[in-house]
Amino acid sequence: MQIVTANRLVDGRVVFRTAAGHWSETLAAALLLDAADVSAALAASAADVAARRIVAPYAVEVTLTSSGPVPKTVRERIRAGGPTSGSETLAPTRPARAA
Amino acid sequence: MYVYDDFDRRFVAARVEQFRDQVARRLSGELTEEQFRPLRLMNGVYLQLHSYMLRVAIPYGTLSSTQLRRLARIARTHDRGYGHFTTRQNIQFNWPSLEKIPGILAELAEVEMHAIQTSGNCIRSITSDHFAGASADEVVDPRPYAEILRQWSSVHPEFGFLPRKFKIAITGAVQDRAAIRVHDVGLRVVRRDDGEIGFTVFVGGGLGRSPFLAWELRNFLPEKDLLAYVEAILRVYNLYGRRDNKYKARIKILMHEAGFETVRDEVEAEFARIRGRALELPAADVARIARRFALPALAGRPAVSVVEAAAAAADPAFARFVATNVTPHKVTGHASLTISLKPVGGVPGDATADQMDLVADLAERHAFGEIRVGHRQNLILPHVARDDLPAIHAALAAAGLATANAGLAGDTITCPGLDFCALANARSIPVAKKISHRFADPARADEIGPIDIKISGCINACGHHHVGAIGILGVDRKGEEFYQITVGGSAGDDARLGDIAGPGFRPHRVTDAVETVIDTWLDHRVAPSESFVDTYRRVGLAPFREALAALAR
Ligand code: SF4
Repeated sequence: MQIVTANRLVDGRVVFRTAAGHWSETLAAALLLDAADVSAALAASAADVAARRIVAPYAVEVTLTSSGPVPKTVRERIRAGGPTSGSETLAPTRPARAA
Repeated sequence: MYVYDDFDRRFVAARVEQFRDQVARRLSGELTEEQFRPLRLMNGVYLQLHSYMLRVAIPYGTLSSTQLRRLARIARTHDRGYGHFTTRQNIQFNWPSLEKIPGILAELAEVEMHAIQTSGNCIRSITSDHFAGASADEVVDPRPYAEILRQWSSVHPEFGFLPRKFKIAITGAVQDRAAIRVHDVGLRVVRRDDGEIGFTVFVGGGLGRSPFLAWELRNFLPEKDLLAYVEAILRVYNLYGRRDNKYKARIKILMHEAGFETVRDEVEAEFARIRGRALELPAADVARIARRFALPALAGRPAVSVVEAAAAAADPAFARFVATNVTPHKVTGHASLTISLKPVGGVPGDATADQMDLVADLAERHAFGEIRVGHRQNLILPHVARDDLPAIHAALAAAGLATANAGLAGDTITCPGLDFCALANARSIPVAKKISHRFADPARADEIGPIDIKISGCINACGHHHVGAIGILGVDRKGEEFYQITVGGSAGDDARLGDIAGPGFRPHRVTDAVETVIDTWLDHRVAPSESFVDTYRRVGLAPFREALAALAR
């Protein structure tokens, strides 16, 4: 399975493309795609680049687990979960979910 | 330190407004990402894994209390309450939103700071010895020359589109604390027997994918020729440096491919053409700039401080802090003090807004309002009276800033790695945290003594792993983190590049690998005073490779 991710233009935050065609900061909200559907999702994402919502969308391989999709690479797990060991605990942030 | 004149102020203000307009045009869609990217990079704005990142220049690592307080305020109001000090003596904010960055830049401009030339293929911020102007082993204060180079290189029209970025470091001390041999240009200020000041000029050093130690291009370059000679180097590089392959675009590759003699002859020919003209430094100008870097009026004090001695006798933690974090000053009764940003289990180089404010206050009260950022990602108060050390230590301890580990195993250089950096292969910060825990016991750290452990999350080597006594390089193995260990590197006067020492380790084995290398060193060193690199030069790679191979089995 794959999902489409990008960074939000205005603040750079990691976002995921949802079933409704929105962009969510929550990995669990990401639309799961079969390989055949990825190029259509990327094409739709390109329109959102033009519409100044996001930058640099791309597809990511995920495994489906009981707690939702988990990216296959450590890089994408960290992108999805936030820094695993930064000073972010000093201020509100999303929980670290990366391995 | 540097002082903006009217032109500088107007220029920086104009750049802020220009960027404000560029951001507005990006957000309104007038500029595409492709058009905007080079513009934001010219203003120090990167897009990292989770957010934009703003890198602010701290010229030769020198900050005033006013500037540090401003950095604290920016961290508190526009970011997440902390900043990250880098190996290039700069500071990075990890979480600014694009809309807010022009406002941040305006706030920086008010205290004579900016983010210009902290990215892109230009001459980057000049780095120097963090003890400059203070250390007992200094021959000539390098800061006036760093300042002259800063002024010359700031928006130099000819060098705004180099083949690749260009880094200059300068030292004036006996001991090289600026890592001049691993910079594109490394300068050592020297004083000849006849009293004349000049520079030993090194060219073509650099780390990254193809690491090289710099070649010595000139043993003694007269002071007045500094700019003409460096300009000649940049011209030759700008003309002949490769632009077809970004991995081969640094001047080190030109030196390597064209040959040291060819590059030297070209530089000398260009220098002969331009020397003695507009770029010649009049002695009066050098003297005028040097006056801005005059030593503060340090009151005469006895060499041995009674206050310090009493505090050391009463408080072992203070005594230990003095032993590790206090460096001799050129004026008796004074010292330079290193504030370690490597607490056990902390993020190397990070300081909270409150900590920055505290250091700014301490600097104002005890250190003439001056703070330095060292390339080892610590803060330094360059001029403090030894009598004041107990009070400063107590204030630092209350803020979690009194970690007594400067130069020891816990004082790693660590790049942001995969927790933040879009180019990373593997995380660096958790590796550093585990190492700091493993060597947190003071008795153990003292038994080991000074050692450089340097961690990079990818081959770009921002963590200088090639020149660590122990270097740790994060690599990607099929989407998972893996770490390669190098040993025997040094960035100082005995500069050498480390050698790969074995198979590579999974994250949970890296600390064991580091400890294995350290134990092997301790087994082989002839005396506790023998440095890692000296032992390494004597015994070679074999014992380390064997020990790591045994660990890997
Ligand atoms: S060494 Fe690599 S991972 Fe570390 S900061 Fe530099 S580019 Fe990023």
